[in-house]
Amino acid sequence: MVGTPVNGRDEVLARLRAARGAAPAAPAEVPRAYRPAGAAADVDLLVRRLTDYRATVHRCDADAAAQPADAVARVVDAVLGGRRVVVPPGLPAGWLPGTVDAVTDDGLTAGQIAAVDGVVTAAAVAVAETGTVVLDGAPDQGRRIITLLPDVHVCVLRTDQVVAGVPDAVARLDPRRPLTWISGPSATSDIELDRVEGVHGPRNLHVVLLPPAPRG
Amino acid sequence: MRIALFVTCLADTLFPQAAVATVRLLERLGHEVVFPEGQTCCGQMHVNTGYQAEALPLVRRHVRTFEPYDVVVAPSGSCVGSVRHQHAMVARRAGDERLAGRAEAVGRRTYELSEFLVDVLGVTDVGAYYPHRVTYHPTCHSLRMLRVGDRPLRLLRQVRGLDLVELPQGEQCCGFGGTFAVKNADTSTAMLADKLRHVLSTGADVCTAGDASCLMHIGGGLSRLRTGVRTVHLAEILAATESSGPAGPAERTAVTA
Amino acid sequence: MSRTFLGMPATAPRGVGHLRGDEPFPAAARRGLADPQLRRNLGHATTTIRAKSGAVIRELPDWEQLRAAGSAIKADVLARLPELLEQLEAAVTAAGGTVHWAADAVAANRIVTDLVAATGSDRVIKVKSMATQEIGLNEALEAAGITAVETDLAELIVQLGEDRPSHILVPAIHRNRAEIREIFLRAMPGVDPGLTDDPAALAAAARRYLRQTFLTTPVAVSGANFAVAETGTLAVVESEGNGRMCVTLPETLITVMGVEKVVPTWRDLEVFLQLLPRASTGERMNPYTSMWTGVTPGDGPQAFHLVLLDNGRSAVLADEVGRQALHCIRCSACLNVCPVYERAGGHAYGSVYPGPIGAVLSPQLTGVADNASLPYASTLCGACYDACPVKINIPELLVHLRDRAPHPRAEAAAMAAAAYVMDRPALYAAAQRGARLSRLAGRRGRGLPPPLSGWTIGRDLPQPPPRTFREWWARR
Repeated sequence: MVGTPVNGRDEVLARLRAARGAAPAAPAEVPRAYRPAGAAADVDLLVRRLTDYRATVHRCDADAAAQPADAVARVVDAVLGGRRVVVPPGLPAGWLPGTVDAVTDDGLTAGQIAAVDGVVTAAAVAVAETGTVVLDGAPDQGRRIITLLPDVHVCVLRTDQVVAGVPDAVARLDPRRPLTWISGPSATSDIELDRVEGVHGPRNLHVVLLPPAPRG
Repeated sequence: MRIALFVTCLADTLFPQAAVATVRLLERLGHEVVFPEGQTCCGQMHVNTGYQAEALPLVRRHVRTFEPYDVVVAPSGSCVGSVRHQHAMVARRAGDERLAGRAEAVGRRTYELSEFLVDVLGVTDVGAYYPHRVTYHPTCHSLRMLRVGDRPLRLLRQVRGLDLVELPQGEQCCGFGGTFAVKNADTSTAMLADKLRHVLSTGADVCTAGDASCLMHIGGGLSRLRTGVRTVHLAEILAATESSGPAGPAERTAVTA
Repeated sequence: MSRTFLGMPATAPRGVGHLRGDEPFPAAARRGLADPQLRRNLGHATTTIRAKSGAVIRELPDWEQLRAAGSAIKADVLARLPELLEQLEAAVTAAGGTVHWAADAVAANRIVTDLVAATGSDRVIKVKSMATQEIGLNEALEAAGITAVETDLAELIVQLGEDRPSHILVPAIHRNRAEIREIFLRAMPGVDPGLTDDPAALAAAARRYLRQTFLTTPVAVSGANFAVAETGTLAVVESEGNGRMCVTLPETLITVMGVEKVVPTWRDLEVFLQLLPRASTGERMNPYTSMWTGVTPGDGPQAFHLVLLDNGRSAVLADEVGRQALHCIRCSACLNVCPVYERAGGHAYGSVYPGPIGAVLSPQLTGVADNASLPYASTLCGACYDACPVKINIPELLVHLRDRAPHPRAEAAAMAAAAYVMDRPALYAAAQRGARLSRLAGRRGRGLPPPLSGWTIGRDLPQPPPRTFREWWARR
């Protein structure tokens, strides 16, 4: 066994096989007695959790059922009116008010994206228990970079995208897509282990909650 | 009930009053206490310092000594923890599976005093009288190895005349840790300083616990600082009655150097 | 080139990386103990995080069930580690990534340095990674003329302060806001001289300082919290957004990951994403978690390299008791509850892995002889075991490693003698009497000889009783 160097792969695998000993075990049965996916999502809880971590929540349940796009546009106007905004190529029509200077991401450079004030996207799923919004790079959410560099992120959710807990979100998401789990604005606990909002990511997170999508 | 006393080497040698109190308390509650003479030390110091091979004969001796008894009681969370959680491990490491099984059986029948009183005898009022202001330090091994929880507090709350005051940050280790106190004397002393500060903040006359070892540590610090606060084993408080007088504390304060 | 037996478990090599301290724990601890500022900072920070973490853990009715699942998944990983890594490699490769295998720190540093050099960049941005600290990657890059910029706020504080990290999660935990302000004013190029010590202002200063670096550096180096064998998905859990910057903006992303970070299935993340934030920063969920699988055309780095690192892990795996240290998900909950860590500070442990987990992991990665004092840096109080989200029985491991540690000759002789006496009740009783007599003859109170003199630096000895218990019993 002593002698010529072998490649790293063979070396590491041989070491680990020798260390593990015996034959490879069959996959173990993991006790999953924790709460499984499938509980009803509590939208009020999501709102409380988001707010707790300094996200701003805009609920548009009642009046927005008929014209959800108008409700979104009103929020975007209030938050980003008069400013420059980047949007993903698949953003639903009508979400942007005429008061913003919008540019669609069709392969913008990082510098171009860093120069805008805000970004408006949809989301893939939200976790009520943890106050988390997940983006999966779908056309209405866009490339990861557009929700990273601007300082204001307006993220639009339908309440039927809200799930109860982390297991529900994991079950709904496709790991082959690039995923970004967002829980409040950028923050750090690096100074005296106390949480401070606002480091490198967007320092302002606005979540717009819409009623479920109409059936059919 | 016939109860074998596992005295622990520390109580036997340096704190006999805690063991005497255990005997008197159990007898007062109507039980027969026997003292198996072959016992010496459970070997915890050896195991925890890295000498499991040296601990093996002590484990074997302990198992042999206590195997004949249905119930074994010790005035120490730490030593009971060692019997319950370490003896079988030491035996297995030495390849003695049979001894490991016997050690486990003895471990199942071995109780720390407060566990025994509350869980086996089902009493919390043991008829004690102790007219002092007392704070209770939950020792790490009774708290986290044995999970005695609030059993000692339930016992203390029933003691007549006793003014129980809560120890701030009580669940933090006092810094004893066996040979840790010697090998890492500076860190140990720093931990002790904080424990003493909390004990003194309660205004208690007496700091009690279920382990003579931690009390030796805390008591040594209280004595060095001439605080006047004494350390008294839980068994001594529970054994005290109106007729027994203020036995114990005075005769066991630490030395002055 | 000297080699160990090929294919046999090996400890991490000496002379590279940061797993070994310069002095034993008791000596190093003395400096921390004598620093009141450090102790105040640590006391404040660990008290804060304990309260936060405790509160969000109590919110979950199934915390214990999650811990049990997390522990079982990790045990399963170790039982199938080679196979899972091959599966991970296949999945990452299929998704457009390239997998490299590094037997030790030297190999990993060479692989990463070569990959960076191939891009032509003389600078990399880094997101906090224990693995790259462990192997001393920054020094290796520097030797090759490549600047590594740490982008995590705490790492930046450490780097600008020419300091060493002292905590797994918060490497600058030993610094308070006033000290951080001083470091920024002294060492951060272009900093506003009017900077205050308000944490938000300090964070904003880091944002301004690093923004241009993020936008212009074509290569990033990251660690990984999890890698899913089934799908090839990597996950980085963070707070500030510097991680997102590093895994999103550059053209090339190089991830260095200890082999034990692999998990079997995508679903397993539902367990760890609940355990890690609550145990670590005391949040229900950390602000940002990035997950990526190989390369996504048009989105993020178009070249992705995954470096799988052994560096002593095979030696840990070879110890059936010790291997549970590889369950660690680097949450640092054990540090935050450890009374020894809180007083001695992280630098006392010598290694990049401080605290209770460091005391069991570092000696196993290096071989216990190279970190022989660490298994003794604990009172065995057990707070770490209770706090561990994947149920690593750290006290059991400490006792296990103490048994394997080299023992001082005098101590070994004394222990053997004590065991001999204690196995003979008549001798034992005689020794009890003898101890009492010698004490009565004058060796009372403070005057114990070394090494026992450590006891009497701050404590009196108990008054010897007039009779031992067995004497009392014999006479009653």
